[in-house]
Amino acid sequence: MLAMMDEHNTDVIQGTMDMLILKTLSLEPMHGFGIGRRIEQITRGVFKVNPGSLLTALQRLERGGWLDAEWRRTENSRRAKVYTLTRAGRKQLENETADWARRAGAIARLLKAEG
Amino acid sequence: MSVWRQLVRGLRALIRRQSTDREIAEEVESYLEESRAALSASGLSEQQARRVTQREFGNATSIREQVRSYGWENAIATPLSDLRYAARRLRGNPGFTAISVMTLALGIGASTAIFSVIEGVLLKPLPYPQSEQIVALWHTAPGINIKELNLAVSLYFTYSEESRVFQDVGMWTPDTASITGLAEPEEVPGLAVTNRFLPVLGVQPALGRRFTPADDDPNSPRTVMLSDDYWKSRFGGDRSIIGRRILIDGDAAEIIGVQPPSFQFLDRKISLLMPLRFNRSAVRLISFCCQGVARLKPGVTLTQANADVARMLLLAPLKFPMNPGFSATMFADARIAPTLRPLKELLVGNIGNTLWVLLGTVGIVLLIACANVANLLLVRADGRRQELAIRAALGAGLGRIARGLLMESALLGIAGGALGLALAAVALRILAASNVAPLPRVHEISIDSLAVAFTLAVSLGASLLFGLIPVIKYARPRLSNALRGGGRSLSQSRERHRARSLLVVLQVALAVVLLVASGLMIRTFQALRHVDPGFSGAERVATLRISIPEKQVAGPERAIRMEEDILRRIGDLAGVSAVAIVNVLPMEGGSNNPVYVEDQATREGAIPPIRRYKFTSPGYVAAMGSRLIAGREFTWAETYNRAPVALVSENMAREVWHDPRAALGKRIRSTLKDDWREVIGVVADLRDDGVDQKAPGIVYWPLLVKNFGAADTNVVRSVAFVIRTPRAESPGLLRELAHAVGSVNPNLPVADVKTLGAVYDRSLARTSFTLVLLAIAGGMSLLLGVVGIWGVTSYSVAQRTREIGIRLALGAPVQGVTGIFVRHGLVLSGIGAACGLVAALALTRLMKSLLYEVSPADPVTYVAVSAGLILAATLASYLPARRATRIDQVEALRAE
Repeated sequence: MLAMMDEHNTDVIQGTMDMLILKTLSLEPMHGFGIGRRIEQITRGVFKVNPGSLLTALQRLERGGWLDAEWRRTENSRRAKVYTLTRAGRKQLENETADWARRAGAIARLLKAEG
Repeated sequence: MSVWRQLVRGLRALIRRQSTDREIAEEVESYLEESRAALSASGLSEQQARRVTQREFGNATSIREQVRSYGWENAIATPLSDLRYAARRLRGNPGFTAISVMTLALGIGASTAIFSVIEGVLLKPLPYPQSEQIVALWHTAPGINIKELNLAVSLYFTYSEESRVFQDVGMWTPDTASITGLAEPEEVPGLAVTNRFLPVLGVQPALGRRFTPADDDPNSPRTVMLSDDYWKSRFGGDRSIIGRRILIDGDAAEIIGVQPPSFQFLDRKISLLMPLRFNRSAVRLISFCCQGVARLKPGVTLTQANADVARMLLLAPLKFPMNPGFSATMFADARIAPTLRPLKELLVGNIGNTLWVLLGTVGIVLLIACANVANLLLVRADGRRQELAIRAALGAGLGRIARGLLMESALLGIAGGALGLALAAVALRILAASNVAPLPRVHEISIDSLAVAFTLAVSLGASLLFGLIPVIKYARPRLSNALRGGGRSLSQSRERHRARSLLVVLQVALAVVLLVASGLMIRTFQALRHVDPGFSGAERVATLRISIPEKQVAGPERAIRMEEDILRRIGDLAGVSAVAIVNVLPMEGGSNNPVYVEDQATREGAIPPIRRYKFTSPGYVAAMGSRLIAGREFTWAETYNRAPVALVSENMAREVWHDPRAALGKRIRSTLKDDWREVIGVVADLRDDGVDQKAPGIVYWPLLVKNFGAADTNVVRSVAFVIRTPRAESPGLLRELAHAVGSVNPNLPVADVKTLGAVYDRSLARTSFTLVLLAIAGGMSLLLGVVGIWGVTSYSVAQRTREIGIRLALGAPVQGVTGIFVRHGLVLSGIGAACGLVAALALTRLMKSLLYEVSPADPVTYVAVSAGLILAATLASYLPARRATRIDQVEALRAE
């Protein structure tokens, strides 16, 4: 569906998948595909999510206690595993966001610096 | 929290693999479905939506695999399934599994047991704080030919006062005390110690106080400390006991303390601790009497301590006067030098050598067991060649197949280890209970965590050892060969036989080493049994000890009268053919002192050779079953008259006068101040230091002598009775003996009743202990070796059934066919035996110190072992080979 962006790198930046998922879920509970689509939409297609990586990340976050998962019926009455952010997950998101802002700022400053 | 969740989820995924997998599959499916639904909603046809999803996300299986591979449990899931498979295979063949596990359990159990013994006896520190600081104060005196010299009172004071390296110095000597006034008079074992003895060990009393310097003063009131055991058994653990008095050797002594239950010292049975008392101003330079212990200051090495003691040895002659009757230079001439050693070494002695040899022995048994199991595994792996080839053909990696095979071995090893641990625990319990082993620190031997770790390591090591052999041979099957050849029982190639044959050769070789070792021990035992110990019919000689305290019977002559009275009462008992008195029983030690010989030119001031001193009553030779080589024994008249007479041993007579007869009428004495004493008899040699030691030169003095050892009178008040009677081992005799003693003096406790046979057996205890264990190991290894040959032959008969059928059908004689297999077995065992004999020649050198008058290269042993082994090998290959001849030719040819 977004074939025209093929020449750009659409991989999720290493180590940011968890943060993207947590952020997405902080808006509302969602199932796997919903999360992936939401990430693509919000990033306007800059990041495209691979379902294998996404589902693995969801497993990891669930085991880590940041997400809860539950099988539910979706609005179009299909069964899907819906993820909800836990209190620990919210906390983790704050940490990661702060951390990311710090690092992104640093990189931006570095790149702006002129010889 | 999250670690916990990880663990629980991981375990759940592991246990409920299928439902986890299903859930992942469902989630992936729902993801793809949502994607398709979203695409359809944006206007694509269903087919287009499917295609786009497929292109974007790849197929569901690979996504599933990716998601599934998350989680720690995946790291162990595959090995776990291998493990389950291995366990199922082992359960499927219970006969093989049982034999392998039992074989391994024997090998591992024996290793664990011996390791536990080594750990408890040799490796564990003594039960005192900083026990490595505690040293035994021993000396050597090459100038007077004494290798092991104990501690003199003069040196004790010198070391206590002058040392720079010791925190504390203590002196001790074993002592017995007759306790009267409580119930029956009894003689209890005790220890006489100086006041710093307990601080040296770092022991605090459980009750009361320790000894103080005042307790060591001979003029102060007597004091005593009780052992926990004695306190509980005689005083019911009464805590108000402190301050009470008990009668020790007729003297009142105040109880000042009770030892903690954990107190022990050099494996001695100790009921009482009494002060070892000396009047410092009366101490002379030559006053060797006791043993010393000291605690080194922190950081002081043994070498530094020895150097400091050497320095103090020069100070002692300046601090203490020389004994009267001794030449002034005697102390210097003796060239006394310190040989301090850790207290543990004193306790453990040289049992270490025996134990390491035994550990080597059980290690060999374990190797043989491993070879046996490896052989069984090879047979099994051979049967699985086709299966392994198919798995390899289907893409199973070399590692996966090897892991499967090794997993099986590891399971066998661990099961064998667990069973072996149980066997070792039983064996050690028997060892501790039976008292057969001449081991120090027996009560400290147990299976602790170190022993368990050892067992685990040995089990896994062994598994690897026997598990790798089939892996190397079969994990990389030559595919085409194995697949094609499978199922057709072609005659086996030599190559496939080689590994098994090699294992049998190894087994036989190792068995030969053990058989030679046990053979050498048997020869040693025989040689020792043939040694004339200097007494005979020891199992028909009962012995007992009594001590007559000076407090009870004053006057030396009265004491001797009492001893003679008791001797006569015992002599009147039914069945007693002879009875005599000696101060110390054979093989139980004794004092060593110089003996001056009249008219023998000894250099002025030089010390004459040291001899063993013994004091005996008339009738000693007959009671002991010894022989009088020349002259006669003492008479009671001579004893009471304190006549200047003596007996000497044959070897001393030969050494000094070149002929036993020539000794008669010659005169000897103990110090320069003593009276000369006439040698009136020569007695056969006595192996007084143990059957395997050279007989020392011995002088026998009467029980009562005057002007002896620089003293006016010497009277022996603590004596052993030697009673020759066929009823020596009957319990009724003990009652009669106690009655005989009691009828003379009811206050004399009878102590240490045993037969001379028991004393003799104890001197052989180490040899018999080693012999028994080696013989068991040798027997096991022979059995395993024979089973190995038997197994290889039977297997090869089974594999070659068709060939045998053809041979027989073509008219080959039955004996010829049997001969093929027997020859093969004999060749294998012959090669094994040859290798084993060479290895034995090299290895048995290590047990030289355990042998007596048998060379480690003893030809008789080697020939006997070789012959026995060839015989066993012939039998082990003949029996299965005979089955070949009973093969039905038609059946054999048709069985394709």
